[in-house]
Amino acid sequence: MKYMLLIYHDEPSWDALTETERQQVYLEYRTLREELTSRGQFLDGSQLQPITTATTVRVRDSKELVTDGPFAETHEQLGGYFLIEAKDLDEATAIAARIPSARTGTIEVRPLVETAVPATA
Amino acid sequence: MANTLEQVFREEYGRIIATLIRISGSFDLAEEALQEAFIAAVSKWEREGPPNNPGAWLTTVAHRKLLDALRRERTRTDKESELTYEASRLRQFVEPELFEDNVEYSDDRLRLIFTCCHPSLTREAQVALTLRTLGGLTTTEIAHAFLVPETTLAQRLVRAKQKIRLAGIPYEIPSLERIADRLAAVEAVIYLIFNEGYAASTGQNLIRNDLCAEAIRLGRVLCELLPDEPENLGLLALMLLQNSRREARVNKQGELVTLEEQDRSLWNASEIDEGVNLIQKALRLHRVGNYQLQAAIAAIHAEAKSADKTDWRQIVALYEELMRLTSSPIVALNHAAAVAMSEGFEKGLALIESIGADSALQNYYLFHASRADLLRRLHRHDEALVAYATALSLTTNEVEQNYIRRRIEEIQPQ
Repeated sequence: MKYMLLIYHDEPSWDALTETERQQVYLEYRTLREELTSRGQFLDGSQLQPITTATTVRVRDSKELVTDGPFAETHEQLGGYFLIEAKDLDEATAIAARIPSARTGTIEVRPLVETAVPATA
Repeated sequence: MANTLEQVFREEYGRIIATLIRISGSFDLAEEALQEAFIAAVSKWEREGPPNNPGAWLTTVAHRKLLDALRRERTRTDKESELTYEASRLRQFVEPELFEDNVEYSDDRLRLIFTCCHPSLTREAQVALTLRTLGGLTTTEIAHAFLVPETTLAQRLVRAKQKIRLAGIPYEIPSLERIADRLAAVEAVIYLIFNEGYAASTGQNLIRNDLCAEAIRLGRVLCELLPDEPENLGLLALMLLQNSRREARVNKQGELVTLEEQDRSLWNASEIDEGVNLIQKALRLHRVGNYQLQAAIAAIHAEAKSADKTDWRQIVALYEELMRLTSSPIVALNHAAAVAMSEGFEKGLALIESIGADSALQNYYLFHASRADLLRRLHRHDEALVAYATALSLTTNEVEQNYIRRRIEEIQPQ
């Protein structure tokens, strides 16, 4: 199954880290990514620019409404994501638990809606 | 006849459904197949009488119904992804030589328990699913027992089953590093079911009494499946020992009777024996835990011939052990009450007041009731009355309210 791991963290405390501390976290991320890639479980993933760069788009009555800011102001902000392949929820949550930001922030694990594969024979 | 069927159904439900779910990968298909088998059994057994081994008969028929349904679905909707999932399970399944053979894989029930109590489901959903699938209770029965509308409960079950399927909650025994946590969740669900039946027991609502019986049955299943887990044994012992006092807890007027005042001849001796044996067995495994300690305390009460023969010193020691494991203020409260009995009311009261000083217990009825009881025993009636009044304002349970009113009447100046 495919799972999206949404990585939420507290931006101010991320910003407050020293450069060395941040490099340490990046290194951990890289190690995890490489390990998942070698097992064919890493499908995609990235860090996101901070929410100050966010833009919200809505279309109402065929009118495009473009505004500044994230969709909702939350205690923690979406800071990145992993798209992974896992055999079940337990495997997905085990991977989520190894994401460095899980120790300070929150990882939301969401299964993807997978489209039907035509059956063979 | 109806009794045989119902009894077999109850006893075999969890066993059969667990295997059907593994084969089909679907809670719904498994439920339907078992339901059909049950209907087939009603008409056949009425005509011919029940078979020698009704459980095996039901299993066989349910398996056939399921395989038929899977084949039907497979040819009809080959293109649906869900079916490729179920079909892949079907391929792994070798159709068993049925009837007298043992087609149960005991691991299936264990898988089922862990899936039903998976931490990604809410506690309410865990309880409902466990009772529905493992316990074989109907949606109506569960809704009545938990005093929620049937539609709410049905919804809860649908959502839970949907989440299991869509989120990929595994149907397997958790890995070694997870099993302790997961087992704790299973035990918590079973104990919650028990307490739901026990706490509200006014002796009038039979379905609620059924909940205690059901929790005990589930506790037995857990012990049977994982007999070397001392907390499983402790939990079963605890439930049996508490349940043994059921008849004595409430008098003919429906009033709550405290442990001290209970007629001990009403206690169920066979449940006590079983509970005491279980807790001894558990403690010999030398991995002490919450349920074991609570059961050990209950066992000391159970073995005291009369209230004043209670070994309070040992109870105090067990509560101290329990306090090391949990930081629950309620445990601290019980500890203080035990200290009062073993080392004097004054000392117990001082302890209770120190616990109450800095905790959420101020809004807890039992805190005020316990404090009031000690004040009463110390003949400080004015203070006791105030504490009883506070306790009274904090509980909505009628039985508890009546108990406090009775106490107030006893010490009220005439």
